[in-house]
Amino acid sequence: MDHKRKDDGIVLTEAQKRARRSRSIAIALALGALVILFYVITLVKGPIVLVRPI
Amino acid sequence: MSLVSEGADFGGGVPAAEDLHLAEPSLATVGDYIALMKPRVMSLVVFTALTGLAVAPGTLHPLIGFTALLCVAVGAGAAGCLNMWYDADIDARMTRTMRRPIPAGRVQPGEALAFGLTLAGFAVVVLGLLVNILSAALLAFTIFFYAVVYSMWLKRATPQNIVIGGAAGALPPMIGWAAATGSLSLEPVLLFLIIFLWTPPHFWALALYRADDYARAGVPMLPVVKGDAVTRRQILQYTLVLVPLGVAPWLAGYAGPVYGFTAIVSGILMLVLAWQVFCERRPAERASRHLFAFSILYLFLLFAVLLVEQGWGGLFGRLLA
Repeated sequence: MDHKRKDDGIVLTEAQKRARRSRSIAIALALGALVILFYVITLVKGPIVLVRPI
Repeated sequence: MSLVSEGADFGGGVPAAEDLHLAEPSLATVGDYIALMKPRVMSLVVFTALTGLAVAPGTLHPLIGFTALLCVAVGAGAAGCLNMWYDADIDARMTRTMRRPIPAGRVQPGEALAFGLTLAGFAVVVLGLLVNILSAALLAFTIFFYAVVYSMWLKRATPQNIVIGGAAGALPPMIGWAAATGSLSLEPVLLFLIIFLWTPPHFWALALYRADDYARAGVPMLPVVKGDAVTRRQILQYTLVLVPLGVAPWLAGYAGPVYGFTAIVSGILMLVLAWQVFCERRPAERASRHLFAFSILYLFLLFAVLLVEQGWGGLFGRLLA
């Protein structure tokens, strides 16, 4: 019994699962938005995107 | 304070019962993480940065402008988050802040620290890569100044905490200007000075009627350390310097007559309210509440009129004409 409980690891409650899911979705949306932002700005800037004057 | 959940044991062996409790999976929602970013402060920061960006000369692609503001917003959120992480002990003792996510137990301190550092890194790097290096450097300095110089040092050390720390809140118009032009000049410095000198009367008005809260939390705000009378006098002194400075963009030819009129009228109202705070001999609650509320409107009016009158080369003015 002890071994079985150890293998189960941490069992999330329904509330914890919901909270984790909402956080995961938010992270996915933020990363997706970042990818789109970099892509579109690369199109907007064109080759000058590689020029980095200080 | 570590980046991992407090109490997590990576050295083998059986963790203590309290460690297991602390390492429990988080119940923090997306809303809690948004609350960590202080959205109301963030909105004022974005607004002043937008004004700096819009009144700057030259043209800027709208998407680049949007990216700059997004990075400023995220950077401000990061600074707010790091502030909440460091000040969780103070927040837990103050009525105004005790329901924030960390003192309320919904977010672990380590989670907030990791979130704040991640946001700060992303905001600065993205601003540097997609807009320009100067604005990114200014944003990095702003976050550092707010999180380290103000939160970790000044806030608990001196009654001048919000005077010096106010520089962090005053920098966003300069970041906006730098994002648009890649350089700085006198005009964004004037905008910086307006917010810098606005901060003490604004926060000390709040501190006057929250003095007990600050005293309980051990924060050496001016009313706690020097008393009501000194605070009221300094509020008036700072307002006397602030009001002419608010008019300065018009006098220097950077803003039009509508701005000049607004700055003079709202400045006179600020002075009247500061005078009422100065004259109130009992604990200055009513007058200081009025000054605190109006000071927000005052700053908003100055920047809103400047934005409408001068933004994008007077675009709104031409549209309205």
